[in-house]
Amino acid sequence: MAKKESTFLNMVLTLVIVAAAASFTLATVYNLTKEPIERAREAARQAAISMVLPEFDELQTLSFIPATGSEPLEFNLGFKNNELVGVAVATYTSMGYSGVIRAMVGFDLDGRIIDVVHLSHTETPGLGDKIEKGKSDWSDQFAGFDPSASVLRVRNDGGDVDGITAATITARAYCDAIDRAWQTFMANRETVLKEGGE
Amino acid sequence: MGQLQNFSKGFIRENPVFVLLLGLCPALGVTTSAFNGLGMGLATTFVLVSSNIVVSLIKNYIPSKVRIPSFIVVIASFVTIVDLVMEAYMPALFDSLGLFIPLIVVNCLVMGRAEAFASKNNTFSAIVDGLGMGLGFAFALTLLGGLREILGAGEFFGLSLFAGDGMLVFVLAPGAFIGLGYLVALNNIVKKKLD
Repeated sequence: MAKKESTFLNMVLTLVIVAAAASFTLATVYNLTKEPIERAREAARQAAISMVLPEFDELQTLSFIPATGSEPLEFNLGFKNNELVGVAVATYTSMGYSGVIRAMVGFDLDGRIIDVVHLSHTETPGLGDKIEKGKSDWSDQFAGFDPSASVLRVRNDGGDVDGITAATITARAYCDAIDRAWQTFMANRETVLKEGGE
Repeated sequence: MGQLQNFSKGFIRENPVFVLLLGLCPALGVTTSAFNGLGMGLATTFVLVSSNIVVSLIKNYIPSKVRIPSFIVVIASFVTIVDLVMEAYMPALFDSLGLFIPLIVVNCLVMGRAEAFASKNNTFSAIVDGLGMGLGFAFALTLLGGLREILGAGEFFGLSLFAGDGMLVFVLAPGAFIGLGYLVALNNIVKKKLD
């Protein structure tokens, strides 16, 4: 069969049809995957919260604007038998080596860190990705860390946190993210505890 | 040319990465580990086969002056589909590859096969060509990713092979170029032996 000729009408019609067919297909796929994607994101958030909090049976979400940054932090208050057991703060930093690092930090009611888990990052694979729990035990040092007694900075900067070899910037950024969560938690601790029914 | 040869050419003789030198951006960018290379290769294979099928089906209805934009729209649609489906049903894989999936659109390999093969051959040949080229691409990426993972991190598919940190340069960008250089040379030797 001979190819269609490249007349103006043919070209316009072809492009319109191709684009319309593509838009229709993509709209369909988008609608089909919309719910599963939201479920997957929600599952990841829930998994992160339950990793950094003690056992809980109810969650309540608040949000506070941090002193250093414009994007509000999401506070997830975990309740067990109607009693506040801990707060998981979704925090972020833009001090990373590339892009924004997001992490979930769990605090007990006194502001001690229960655990930290990363949510997303685009740091160098093999170096900066040691902040991930699955890749290295580096982030385990934050479990039980008390930012009011120790300094939440890497040792190179005079703090009490071990750095990551060849990824000091990433380690520094992670401390910044956790510090943002802690500062905001301490600044709003009264409000949070009141919400917790104390 | 038989279909078997049509399929197998993508691995050594016309390997997209080692011989045609197409699609080097993802080949260098994502191959920090064998798993990433394999995942990227398989995602590209899917896009390549799908776009080859569609292009070979519509080739007679597309005026030649607008064929490139039409092909690009077809390819971009399939890439978006892979992106959405992967995020919905394979969140773990999406976590490590998600950033690079949109890059498949600008992978010259997909466009190249659509233009050079699918738009001139029947649908069955186009499927075989897409499979061969795609799997050859996945093969090359897994090889390069494995090499960099072993030398750079002392691991293979996440399994630790030896203690210690390995040579960091292989995990970083320069290691991709060095590794690719040696693999291209190796492929040339193998190709000469075969001829």
